[in-house]
Amino acid sequence: MNDAMISTLEQRFAGTSSSEFRGQMRVVLRREHVFAALMWLKDAQGFDLLVDVTCVDYLNYRGAADRFGVVYLIANTETSQRLTVRVFLGEDDLTLPSVVSLWKGADWLEREVYDMFGIIFTNHGDLRRILMPDEFTAFPLRKDYPLQGRGERHNFPVLSRDRS
Amino acid sequence: MAKGGVRVAVELPENVVVSKLDQLASWCRKNSLWPMPFATACCGIELMATGASKHDLARFGAEVFRFSPRQCDLMIVAGRVVMKMLPVLQRIWSQMPEPKWCISMGACASTGGIFDTYCVVQGIDRFIPVDMYVPGCPPRPEQLIQSIIDLQDIIQREGTVTGEEFSTAQRQMTKRALMELPVIQQGPGTGFAVPRSGVGV
Repeated sequence: MNDAMISTLEQRFAGTSSSEFRGQMRVVLRREHVFAALMWLKDAQGFDLLVDVTCVDYLNYRGAADRFGVVYLIANTETSQRLTVRVFLGEDDLTLPSVVSLWKGADWLEREVYDMFGIIFTNHGDLRRILMPDEFTAFPLRKDYPLQGRGERHNFPVLSRDRS
Repeated sequence: MAKGGVRVAVELPENVVVSKLDQLASWCRKNSLWPMPFATACCGIELMATGASKHDLARFGAEVFRFSPRQCDLMIVAGRVVMKMLPVLQRIWSQMPEPKWCISMGACASTGGIFDTYCVVQGIDRFIPVDMYVPGCPPRPEQLIQSIIDLQDIIQREGTVTGEEFSTAQRQMTKRALMELPVIQQGPGTGFAVPRSGVGV
């Protein structure tokens, strides 16, 4: 892996930690550096492809300090280099800067993370639910949401032969 | 008729059959079922196989799959129905003219199947009337054909020539599988979704 890039990243953005597992490089950023660091990775390091934006709920997870972990998977299509960027969010503040201005493809990915986990991406421009109906109020992939829902799936009018 | 052992006052020619108009109307209805394929999942593949040449639903007069609900009288719900799809299902059902029937094909459409999750409706019979359930995951085409044959028997027994009985409340009473639904508290502060509205033709 590109050790120089990682060390530069750690110097430029304080509080960044990195680890490696079977050749895959992972960095954990502090939330205030997310946008600047991703912009630096894209513009200066050539990570031109945003593969995925997703989220993990670490509720009751062993050793977890913050509840949510937002994950950005980025790739450099010139060098085939890949990087996993993570940022942890506590329950008190679930906002992150949107990266739609960097990668257009972040639009629907961030909408999905908002839909399922309730992470608010500021400056997104069109942060609506993408999978669940608009009037849905919960965030269903959070660990404290029951698997079978809270009755939303049965909350429809019944059509009888008379009325239809 | 005379050859069959029934004595009638008038001698009938060979090719004449005496029947009631009601039965004639039902006979026409049951042999010209036009299905509305509401295929949302893998059951739809079996539904297509049923209509294709090997199993040949045309033998039972039900091969004319129409994608406009106005032209259909048999809705075949093949596959799971999720929260976002159910208003669409109800709207299409409302757009079909009476007399109409509904086949719930497969485990998912009938009960939700293995998808006991927050977004999958646990059986379409909670929200629209269902006449016939086909078990299986997915059911084989033979099962679907059998259900259509059984439905044809029901149709032969029930209709009249005017078709008035297809819009009575009593007909509905026998068909609703689940009469009582769990009452869900709604509104702001409860955390539950606002009920959907605007279902109509």
